[in-house]
Amino acid sequence: MSSALAQAFSMVFEPYTLAVMVIASIYGLFVGAVPGLSATMAVALLVPITFFMPPIPAIAAMVTATAMAIFSGDIPGCLLRIPGTPASAAYTDEAFAMTRKGMAEQALGAGLVFSAVGGLFGTVVLIVAAPALADFALNFSSFEYFWLVLLGLTCAVFITSDRPLKGLVTLLLGLLVACIGLGNPGGFPRFTFGNTEMTGGIGMIPMMIGMFAVSEVIRYAVDTLPPAELVVEKVGGVLKGQWGLAKKYPVQILRGSVLGTAVGALPGAGADIAAWMSYAMSKKFSKEPEKFGTGHVEGIVESGSANNSALAGAWIPALVFGIPGDSITAIVIGVLYMKNLNPGPTLFTTNPQNIYAVFILFILANLIMIPLGILCIKVSKRILRVPRNVLMPLIMMFCIVGAFAINNSLFDVGVMLVAGFIAYVLEENKFPIAPAILGVVLGGMLEENFITSMIKSDGNLLGFVSRPIAATLAVVSVLIWVAPLLRRLLLRARTA
Amino acid sequence: MKINDAVFGLLLLLLGAAVLLVVRNYPQIPGQQVGPALFPGLIAAGLCVSGALLLANGLRTRATVPWLRFDEWIRSPRHVMAFALVLAGVVFYMLASERLGFLITSVSILCALMWVLQVRPVRAVLVAVVATLVIHTLFYKLLRVPLPWGVLTPYAW
Repeated sequence: MSSALAQAFSMVFEPYTLAVMVIASIYGLFVGAVPGLSATMAVALLVPITFFMPPIPAIAAMVTATAMAIFSGDIPGCLLRIPGTPASAAYTDEAFAMTRKGMAEQALGAGLVFSAVGGLFGTVVLIVAAPALADFALNFSSFEYFWLVLLGLTCAVFITSDRPLKGLVTLLLGLLVACIGLGNPGGFPRFTFGNTEMTGGIGMIPMMIGMFAVSEVIRYAVDTLPPAELVVEKVGGVLKGQWGLAKKYPVQILRGSVLGTAVGALPGAGADIAAWMSYAMSKKFSKEPEKFGTGHVEGIVESGSANNSALAGAWIPALVFGIPGDSITAIVIGVLYMKNLNPGPTLFTTNPQNIYAVFILFILANLIMIPLGILCIKVSKRILRVPRNVLMPLIMMFCIVGAFAINNSLFDVGVMLVAGFIAYVLEENKFPIAPAILGVVLGGMLEENFITSMIKSDGNLLGFVSRPIAATLAVVSVLIWVAPLLRRLLLRARTA
Repeated sequence: MKINDAVFGLLLLLLGAAVLLVVRNYPQIPGQQVGPALFPGLIAAGLCVSGALLLANGLRTRATVPWLRFDEWIRSPRHVMAFALVLAGVVFYMLASERLGFLITSVSILCALMWVLQVRPVRAVLVAVVATLVIHTLFYKLLRVPLPWGVLTPYAW
């Protein structure tokens, strides 16, 4: 282990990787701070570049950029009342109310410091839990994997969205897209319409660039709201008083980090849902809930740590099982496959140095967040003045070239456009997008394990539940499926 | 662009039915009960069921939710234009980049988009040219992506 650890250190503390991290930090801080550009979009736009890097710097770029973007999303929330990323939306009103009271420094500082704290907490859980889970998962057969994937998809539909039916629809669409091409038992070309480009399946990266970046550009193009006004003239020292907050709200920080990590680890739910849930939790358990919404820092402390811890939490199922915990790790998994670092328990046994390197990257990213974050806050007024009518066309062009660069194919540019348009229409009509991504990423795995299991058990469905862990996972999945029905029946019985 | 759930439901029903129809002709793997048709078939069945549910939902809300309702931007010609140009820009790239080359295509798309988003003309052209050169250097020179030269091939650098 120690030699692998030493190897991991030397991979991370290499000038090239460190330089990538610094550039990715600045990029992440910028993207997060510009309203309308999300952390997921930051990663999607990074992929075409990381495609050409060795694995560790590529992962470094994605880890740092997302951590920074989730923090810096707080900045426009605090100064303009527009969340920079959806993950800051939960406490944007609170932060802006603090700014109105002349407490912008404290709000931004709390966002920064407790983002780092939450991120480090999530990282510790990742370091402890992932190898243990991987050890456990080494004994998994296709039956367990089938149920695990199904459970993940189930979570994405039922837990993470308030409209399960619409979540189910996008999940099914994602799974259907995953069916396209030759990659199936029997190697039969499905839904290719005789098009050779489609035999290899629909490219995941162009699709994600479309869904997360192009859809945002479309949304900007049709946005009729007038631009928001800056209300703050000068932001002073942001670290002042943060230690006092940490001493005043230790339970909140811990609770936010635990909840955030757990929500992050649930497939489909990421930093934004973690922040909403933990803000609500904070208010519920607070001694002074009446102060929430009037510029009270408690909720920011708690949900600020939650959204960053969710980032690390999402990597747990992603690395151990290849099941993404959120949309960001869905993209990351795509990149890991391209780099021949196929996620799964064997990644921990055969190449532990890579895993250790990921752990170190997470720690490092959360540590350099503080100094770089302070710098970012200092120049935030300038970032917020960046003209978005210039920025959005540039992003569009970058999307086109990025989608093209993966396979040097114009077909992929078309895939990007179609995916972007569909994602825009679906989101406008309150269909959640995360289940679709999970369906696309996990469709192949679900089918493969299903077919293998069917063949192993000779078509006997009882074989799917004859192993204890498989049976447990099956029961949990089924319970989540029937829970809403049961609840409705119960309510009806009570009112009748 | 708000669309009544019933429309989505109907579309999903049609999609599900079409998939079911297509997979009927998929071959079986000899000696197995499971083949390439099974999984898409299950998904299609799911699409049909959820499509039917959405259709029912949508019809129930029909009185208050119209089939199709556009947001405010549809009444602003500039926003309609912006929407159209974003989509058209990508299509234009797919059709023209091979022939015109990356540099010309990219500058034209950027100029068009910035024009519709009301960037001042001089600034738009300047940004378009500089950004195109930067993207070209990054992807063509550093990452070795074969961006086409098109009509500029004789002057390729």
